[in-house]
Amino acid sequence: MAATSAVLKPDFDQKRSHFIFTDEHEQLRESIRNFAKKELAPHADEWEETTFPDSVFTRMGELGLLGLDKPEQYGGQGGDYYTSLVLAEEITHAQSGGLAMGVAVHTDMAMPPILAFGTEEQKQEWVVPAIKGEKILCLGITEPDAGSDVSAIKTRAVKDGDEYVINGSKTYITNGHRADVIVLVTKTDADAGYDGFTLFLVPMDSPGVIREKKLEKLGMHASDTALLAFQDVRVPETAVLGQVGKGFYHIMWELQGERLIGAAGCVAGAQHCMDRTLEYALERQAFGRKIGNFQAIRHKFADMATKLEAARQLTYMTAWRFQNGEYPVREISMAKLFSARVACEVADECIQIHGGAGYMKEYGIERVWRDMRLNRIGAGTDEVMLDVIGRSYGL
Amino acid sequence: MAVKGLPQEPSARQIMPPFGEEHGELRDSLRRFVAAELAPHADEWERERWFPDELFPRMGELGFFGLGKPTAIGGQGGDVLHEAVLAEELAACGSAGVAAGLGAHVAIATPPVWKFGTDDQHERYVRPSVAGTKIAALGITEPDAGSDVASLRTHAKEVDGGWIISGEKCYITNGVRADFVVMAVKTTAEGGHGGISFFIVDTDQPGYSASKLEKMGWHASDTALIALDEVFVPTENLLGGINEGFKLIMANFQWERLMMALGSVAAMQLIFDKTLLYAAERQAFGRPIGNFQAIRHKFADMATTIEAGRALTYHALRLFYDGHDATREVTMAKLKTQRDCFEVADQCLQIHGGAGYMVEYGIERAVRDARLGPIGGGTDEVMAEILGRSMGL
Repeated sequence: MAATSAVLKPDFDQKRSHFIFTDEHEQLRESIRNFAKKELAPHADEWEETTFPDSVFTRMGELGLLGLDKPEQYGGQGGDYYTSLVLAEEITHAQSGGLAMGVAVHTDMAMPPILAFGTEEQKQEWVVPAIKGEKILCLGITEPDAGSDVSAIKTRAVKDGDEYVINGSKTYITNGHRADVIVLVTKTDADAGYDGFTLFLVPMDSPGVIREKKLEKLGMHASDTALLAFQDVRVPETAVLGQVGKGFYHIMWELQGERLIGAAGCVAGAQHCMDRTLEYALERQAFGRKIGNFQAIRHKFADMATKLEAARQLTYMTAWRFQNGEYPVREISMAKLFSARVACEVADECIQIHGGAGYMKEYGIERVWRDMRLNRIGAGTDEVMLDVIGRSYGL
Repeated sequence: MAVKGLPQEPSARQIMPPFGEEHGELRDSLRRFVAAELAPHADEWERERWFPDELFPRMGELGFFGLGKPTAIGGQGGDVLHEAVLAEELAACGSAGVAAGLGAHVAIATPPVWKFGTDDQHERYVRPSVAGTKIAALGITEPDAGSDVASLRTHAKEVDGGWIISGEKCYITNGVRADFVVMAVKTTAEGGHGGISFFIVDTDQPGYSASKLEKMGWHASDTALIALDEVFVPTENLLGGINEGFKLIMANFQWERLMMALGSVAAMQLIFDKTLLYAAERQAFGRPIGNFQAIRHKFADMATTIEAGRALTYHALRLFYDGHDATREVTMAKLKTQRDCFEVADQCLQIHGGAGYMVEYGIERAVRDARLGPIGGGTDEVMAEILGRSMGL
């Protein structure tokens, strides 16, 4: 039975962690957070102008942060899926959505399909140096005329002897300028529908790979985003990743892990933004008191905290399913949809609480708002998530 | 495990902690009971604005009122998780009023007596409550004191051998049919947090009268306005320490709110499933309405809302079960799920169209029933205050 004091005065600061995490996860969390705060965050403003440097990859490779959940035989740490979640959460302390995205594309979007479907040679050639941060990966799905509708992509790979010739273009490619290799989604059989796609590992220095331009964006300024063209790019058969004709299914699998990682990043990033706004609300005075002491503001925080906690729990429970062998497409779509929406709402509310200051660049809140907005579009739009979820009920 | 990256069937869903296989049997038997003995009568009980008192001894006989109580007091020797299963499964009866009446007895009125009562009080009140032979109600709210419990006016005056209580209580679930009311009363002139005490009031005492209130929803439940005109309560019916009543009020809030959250998650799932069947059958413009994207997305939104509510509620339940101070998480779960339940029910009404507006389908009832959630057990605004203050605001 609780003592009187405990009943009347709840202990809100009591330490508690979610059951999916062990002490080791918590130590990892701590060390990533320290790294992000010490070595990344101080440069965040600068990197908004210049994009973050490639040296971030080598440094993270050195620290073992690029292969947390990857097998030890390729230089990874051999951790579980949750370690990847921890990275996605703690990297938000770099205060740069663009950096977090660039790293996530490398570790959680491009690398998993190579590990899952690649040959031993492909893993040695790309995964081993990628985990060290010596080679940078990117993933090419979206095209100027095919976004959410992946099946509409036009980039063609045509067999020519023991080579494939690739033509087409890809856009909105994160890491597209700095990458050493691209996991490229192509069409190899125009008449085979969903069974006509094939993945390739295309070295970015291959003749015919043209990095057209750096794209300017609403947010995520620290990341490099490319428009790429492929003109008669010749690759050997050994560049095929996974099964010929099964590329669509391969990439749909990849998207699941990516979406869940994205959800975790959204929740953590928005939490971080709310925490900073809380500090502000406890300092900023108006009408003779701290603005946080006005009921209207207090209730905004109550709402934000509730939404964030719900999004976090949904994400953790889905990660738990994923780690334990389920392939929970419905729940992942829910976590992605819900977390992205919540993050955008929270970021907007944080600007509102900051008032004019929130609109200024200096406080970094408007940047969070701009960065977060992508999450409702990237890796499958809200509308695509709604369709996936709805169809899972037979609708 | 299936091959990664190739077409595959959705995998079976694991039971989400804190529940496990060991709760399956109880869940099944509750489900059978609810389907056989409650759900078929829900419409009738709604119309009659009353469900029969006999349900209490029936639930007692089946052991459902003692799931978390030790066998020594007639219970089943389980824990809070077994009671949580009850909260979820009762929602399936399709009448929040029935679930509320039974829930108020087992989860709201009896726990303070169990937690703070003497052995004698356990024998006289908890044992018959577990057996369902005595019906319990909790009396806190008054016409002039709702969320602000410190402003209670009903007061007790000490006399030889006991106390004389006068005042009024309202919105008391089970108040008309109750055999005893666990009541918060002022025992000092000032009242307030340090001047409230709890008494177990036998309703057959002279001076006690209760009348039924009409409501927007929860029609099957008995909701009373209670008048106390110098009702005598013996000394041995003082519950807990004198002037320590506020602690008793606060002590059960977490559990009450958790039960509400669990009930709402189950209620949302129930009405979602029902509406899904309707949308797959109902034709308009040449196809099932569920195949229109606008409707499909409504379902996707609702499903996401329900799953998020469930994840949050189970998190709070796990912390509570593990003995953590789960005030913040419980408050969040209560706030979110009660709002959501009303919104989901309203969307289901929308999808049903005209049919949803008719009493026959039970959808309009669900909307009306769900509207109480953001009010009862502490309003949304009170929840927001608790959360805001937990952040130092």
